[in-house]
Amino acid sequence: MPFGNTHNNFKLNYKVEEEFPDLSKHNNHMAKVLTKELYGKLRDKQTPSGYTLDDVIQTGVDNPGHPFIMTVGCVAGDEESYTVFKDLLDPIISDRHGGYKPDDKHKTDMNFENLKGGDDLDPNYVLSSRVRTGRSIKGFTLPPHNSRGERRLIEKLSVEALTSLDGEFKGKYYPLKSMTDAEQEQLINDHFLFDKPVSPLLTCAGMARDWPDGRGIWHNDDKTFLVWVNEEDHLRVISMQKGGNMREVFRRFCTGLAKIEEIFKKHNHGFMWSEHLGYILTCPSNLGTGLRGGVHVKLPKLSTHPKFDEILNRLRLQKRGTGGVDTASVGGVFDISNADRLGSSEVDQVQMVVDGVKLMVEMEKKLEKGEAIDSMIPAQK
Amino acid sequence: MVIANPPHASGLSLSSFSGSSVCKQVTMANPISRLMSGRSSAVMLASVGLAGLGLASGYILTETRVTAAERRRMFPPSADYPDLRKHNNCMASALTPAMYGRLRDKVTPNNWSLDQCIQTGVDNPGHPFIKTVGMVAGDEESYEVFEELFDPVIKDRHNGYDPQTMKHPTDLDASKLTSGMFDERYVLSSRVRTGRSIRGLSLPPACSRSERREVERVVVTALSGLQGELSGRYYSLGELSESEQQQLINEHFLFDKPVSPLLTAAGMARDWPDARGIWHNDDKNFLIWINEEDHTRVISMEKGGNMKRVFERFCKGLKQVETLIQERGWEFMWNERLGYILTCPSNLGTGLRAGVHIRLPRLSKDARFKKILENLRLQKRGTGGVDTAATGDTVDISNLDRLGRSELMHGQTRAADRSQVQTVMDPTACCDLT
Repeated sequence: MPFGNTHNNFKLNYKVEEEFPDLSKHNNHMAKVLTKELYGKLRDKQTPSGYTLDDVIQTGVDNPGHPFIMTVGCVAGDEESYTVFKDLLDPIISDRHGGYKPDDKHKTDMNFENLKGGDDLDPNYVLSSRVRTGRSIKGFTLPPHNSRGERRLIEKLSVEALTSLDGEFKGKYYPLKSMTDAEQEQLINDHFLFDKPVSPLLTCAGMARDWPDGRGIWHNDDKTFLVWVNEEDHLRVISMQKGGNMREVFRRFCTGLAKIEEIFKKHNHGFMWSEHLGYILTCPSNLGTGLRGGVHVKLPKLSTHPKFDEILNRLRLQKRGTGGVDTASVGGVFDISNADRLGSSEVDQVQMVVDGVKLMVEMEKKLEKGEAIDSMIPAQK
Repeated sequence: MVIANPPHASGLSLSSFSGSSVCKQVTMANPISRLMSGRSSAVMLASVGLAGLGLASGYILTETRVTAAERRRMFPPSADYPDLRKHNNCMASALTPAMYGRLRDKVTPNNWSLDQCIQTGVDNPGHPFIKTVGMVAGDEESYEVFEELFDPVIKDRHNGYDPQTMKHPTDLDASKLTSGMFDERYVLSSRVRTGRSIRGLSLPPACSRSERREVERVVVTALSGLQGELSGRYYSLGELSESEQQQLINEHFLFDKPVSPLLTAAGMARDWPDARGIWHNDDKNFLIWINEEDHTRVISMEKGGNMKRVFERFCKGLKQVETLIQERGWEFMWNERLGYILTCPSNLGTGLRAGVHIRLPRLSKDARFKKILENLRLQKRGTGGVDTAATGDTVDISNLDRLGRSELMHGQTRAADRSQVQTVMDPTACCDLT
């Protein structure tokens, strides 16, 4: 990454123990896995684009983590990071993705027709539905490592692809650095605008460099399909709408992505993907589908039920506040989404959300009537 | 660039290139020419006789093995030149696209690049009223390898000082300081600080953990050799007990992990708090910060107005530390052009800031205060240090210059002008302020 010491090869003149980071107070996946021996084995390796071990782990060294929240503690700088540093990343991936093995194969299924139901979530409870994922463009390094030239070319290619879309996908691109005040206001009101990362998890990995150069937001005229360019990944693709028609959201998601991918492929820049890891993204936690499909749902009674967390666990779902990751819930409204990313397909994961939320809404209704829900508690999926 | 001619490149003969000759510079647009000039594995595969363009270009797209150096050259410098149109810092004023083109691919011996020097200035556009420097050095050699950019920045920041033609005087002989005793009804405390870098080790933006720990070892070992009024002890930031931490806070000695984006964007907070610490003497008037924004920051201070004594202790302490590190084969980074070498170009020369906390309730409100300071070559800050506001009527007044005048001259300016300023405060004194 173009800052810090990571190309400083003087460090190789020192013994491993003199360079090995002090991880004694750390609680993240990287700190759990990285031993002195492993560090010694990998420390003089580089990916073809020059990304080193120290680059991969810097964010985890700088952010010791929290006793209750286990962060990943490392990032990839390019596609090859996942192979050159597999001795470090495979165990982390396994830890983070439920025991996924180094020789496992990931299933990709972006055919929305395979989703069962999902168009009938009760809008009295389900306020909005959303599916997001990320995509990386082959031939470029990732946000922690890329140069200004690369980032700008990624933006150029993305804008060309997006502005060629039509029909329900006809839209407009707003580059962050030349946005008017009025446009900015509008994007904030629509909850579309993303800002310069302040989280040290991201800034220590070099992802906020040169802000806002090469960054922007594209959305369709209907405001139901949105793409972030060059934030934490090359592309973050979001499909959303008010109400509970997750099926429609997923349809638009799959259709839009397929169109975009086709255009990129024509320019000889497909998406980064492998049989083992699925879609390749900056953070190992987003490998596989990189998909987070979720709803904002009113569950004031269920959320205070002693078994709420267990129910979520069994349904393979996770809860967040309505501000997104690391926020609290407001007024009993939760953001409920799939917990898995790697090892199951897009359809599988959205299916889990659809089925799980449907069940939880039923439970909520039962609790409203003062009835028990014990018989409804599902088996572990 | 020589392009290898693989023996069995069926369907990939040179004639399929549109007119590009074998020796022409490879550009990004032609994936086939990239195959020809690319890594040996790609060339080998082509030579095994892969049928068809499609397969080969498919190979390129999935298996491109391009070295970091090759990758950089694929983008011309103009593609990487930062957008500095909204920027107001010394780096942005000096860095032209042509200059960037000449310097982009250079590195210092420890692989520190121009992009790394300027990252902090790109990420922090600055403020219309405050012109920051906008770049840092990663090592001593940065100032040479990138002198085409550093020199104009230094000139801008240091009042026209030209490193190409001028020499910086160093003078740490405290006995030459005249007067320097201030009226303690006005001057609450006196302080002199500077920084020193250990030659041979990379600076905070670029250092590896092992280098940073080496700095700590070298300095702490030297400091343990100090005696008498200078004898003291070291507190490693990562191992402070609660009570030690509280004590250091109460004494205003503790420094914290930098939050200013000027510093974090330059990579100076990496690995915090590894190898960072504070050393101070038992008398608590000589203090050294290790591995904060520089290898070391050396501070001599005390309550009251005895600037002479503060400066004496400062010079004595610095000389002793220098002797102690030299005994072990180390030395400070220094040269005739730039004086003492520190991370930020603004601290070159003496790196010295000599100042007082002084109560100037009437003068500070006078409309001419700013001009007076300017003429005296002094600057004011709030009592919290740089970028803070004054509390009450107390201001922090210190020297403006770092490069071009010696330590002694700075101290003297302060001493003489401090007494001038005091005289001015007295409404019965006559003083022509025009």
